[in-house]
Amino acid sequence: MSATAVVPRLHGIRHRRLLILVAMVAALLLGMVLSITIGSKSVPPADAWHALTAPSGTEHDIIIRSLRVPRTVLGVLAGLALGVAGALMQGHTRNPLADPGLLGVTQGAAFAMVASIILLGTSSLLAYIWFGLAGALIASVAVFALGMVGGRGGPTPVTLALAGTAVSAFLYALTSALVLLDEQAMDVFRFWQSGSIAARGSEVVWQVLPFILAGLVLAMVNAPGLNALSLGEDVARSLGQNIAMTRTVGVAAVTLLSGASVAACGSLAFVGLVVPHLARPLSGTDHRWLLPYSGLIGAVLLLVADVIGRVVAPPGELEVGVVLALIGAPFFVALVRRRKPVRL
Amino acid sequence: MTSIPLRIARLSWRIRLRGVSVTGGGLVLLALLMALNMRLGDIPLSVPEVIAATFDPGDAGHFVVMELRLPRALTGALVGAALALSGAIIQSIARNPLASPEILGITNGASVLVVAGVVASGSAYGGVSGLLSTLGVPALALLGGLLGALIVYSLAWRRGLDGYRLVLVGIGVTAVFTNVKFWLLTVGDVNDTGRAMVWISGSLNGRGWEHVQPVALALAVLVPLTLLGTCSLDALRFGDDTVTALGVRMNRSRSLMIFAAVLLAAVATASAGPIAFVALAAPQIALRLTRSGQPPLLSSAVAGAVLTTGADLIARTAFSPLELPVGVVTAVLGAPYLIHLIWRARK
Repeated sequence: MSATAVVPRLHGIRHRRLLILVAMVAALLLGMVLSITIGSKSVPPADAWHALTAPSGTEHDIIIRSLRVPRTVLGVLAGLALGVAGALMQGHTRNPLADPGLLGVTQGAAFAMVASIILLGTSSLLAYIWFGLAGALIASVAVFALGMVGGRGGPTPVTLALAGTAVSAFLYALTSALVLLDEQAMDVFRFWQSGSIAARGSEVVWQVLPFILAGLVLAMVNAPGLNALSLGEDVARSLGQNIAMTRTVGVAAVTLLSGASVAACGSLAFVGLVVPHLARPLSGTDHRWLLPYSGLIGAVLLLVADVIGRVVAPPGELEVGVVLALIGAPFFVALVRRRKPVRL
Repeated sequence: MTSIPLRIARLSWRIRLRGVSVTGGGLVLLALLMALNMRLGDIPLSVPEVIAATFDPGDAGHFVVMELRLPRALTGALVGAALALSGAIIQSIARNPLASPEILGITNGASVLVVAGVVASGSAYGGVSGLLSTLGVPALALLGGLLGALIVYSLAWRRGLDGYRLVLVGIGVTAVFTNVKFWLLTVGDVNDTGRAMVWISGSLNGRGWEHVQPVALALAVLVPLTLLGTCSLDALRFGDDTVTALGVRMNRSRSLMIFAAVLLAAVATASAGPIAFVALAAPQIALRLTRSGQPPLLSSAVAGAVLTTGADLIARTAFSPLELPVGVVTAVLGAPYLIHLIWRARK
């Protein structure tokens, strides 16, 4: 193919990718509108707008401002964070089975929260979250350090993945032991592990917001380096990449993103694991596009699943984690069957 | 490392001496752990007492050793071996060290049905927990495990079986099972949740001869068959095109090996619950000890048996009179050892 033929084609790809991005943002906005208006008490869009712009203390205003908005914002943040973290993690380990929890983040958070309940008698959600965040950070630093051992250019993918699995299993075992000994902790833990964005309040959103924003920035900074790394470490090195630096930034981003969302919403493993596989056929393997696609798909999926969970089992609600798996997984399986999977 | 070729008719194997010594060492360790398991417990016995109790039906300790400790220890060892063997096969086929029977939907399929059974008939609401706990749970587990595997397998099959697609489909199906399990745990009474948690952590508590038999039978049939299959398993680790060029009937050998792995894991899960981490860690531990290219089947099985037996010894005696589920201890024991091996290899 001559150079003149390639240039328009590249333009075409870029154009298509931008269009997809715009479509995803539109879907996200639609999802936010649905999430704000639909629930056990439906609010007409006009009232919702009124509540957002000129609140006057009506029942609808209170529902929207104190319940729906924090819940929606948290859903968007967590979906973005988990989707991006999943894509990063799969890119760095080059393993389709990798999810953000592989760094030990999920189990680190779970262990710290359960331990704080049993040993310190913590009982408020705000306090759990700080413990969860601390546990997530400590566990992922431990996994990263283990993966690094003796490596010249940062941790190798297999070592990192295995070290993560080992540490996660270890922490999960400790958590189950604690939970089996203490019924109150078990009661908190079982709801935490099924994952939910309900009843978190705006304090929680403000708590996790800085961590997730920092993580998203680091992730986008990491994308070009990750592209080079996916050619293989030797090629990346010869292209002038600082491999240890790229890996460290990537792991830091995953830790911030998934640590914050796991602490706030509980274990929503499905998003990080599956969303990158949904995004990859659309974006190809270029992480500069894969990361935003994964984030947006994650956010849309989380919001839609949450809305479905609110209406599907009245008068109660189904946890978003459960709905996510129930609607997301069949969709995912169908997609895997239909196309030839894009390998990492 | 030296190795000896072994040929029988048209099949040939390479026997690696390092693998033999690791397997032999593992068996010795297993025997020691089993002996310790006979001695320790609420009623400690000395070695002569154990021997007397084993062979003399009139001895005071006969019931303790032959009806309580021996079947329990045997169940542990056999279940550990079956899980590890299953894991080794699946890791070889998926060419992925993170793969385990969980990916095939076996353990989580079993967990869903058992948790559903426990919660639905929950003692907290005056259900039929007595019958369910003796007969229903293993049956539900076996059914759930096989059903889960069938779903994953049939969804992954599309003009042949692709290791990568199997893994991806497994992720999706496992996600559904896991979350349904979590949801069921939140639905029930917290007491039932506790009982279900013990089962889904994997426990050897109160296991008798009726739990030993199915696993022993499955291993007796499937171990020779899988060893026959190692020839094709070795070939399967190359790319699909190479495998076909080597003359291996790819889909058939993959399906047969997966079928064996499914049976092993399902039977093991029915006996002792989904004991965590053994299927994933034991093959990786064996791989690093034997320094071979992919998980060695026999050494993996022995590693799994040692890990589970050792873990049960600790689960039973360390916090006496309180008893932990063995699955909690397997990870506490296995994870640091695996980390140590990774650490050493990287230096």
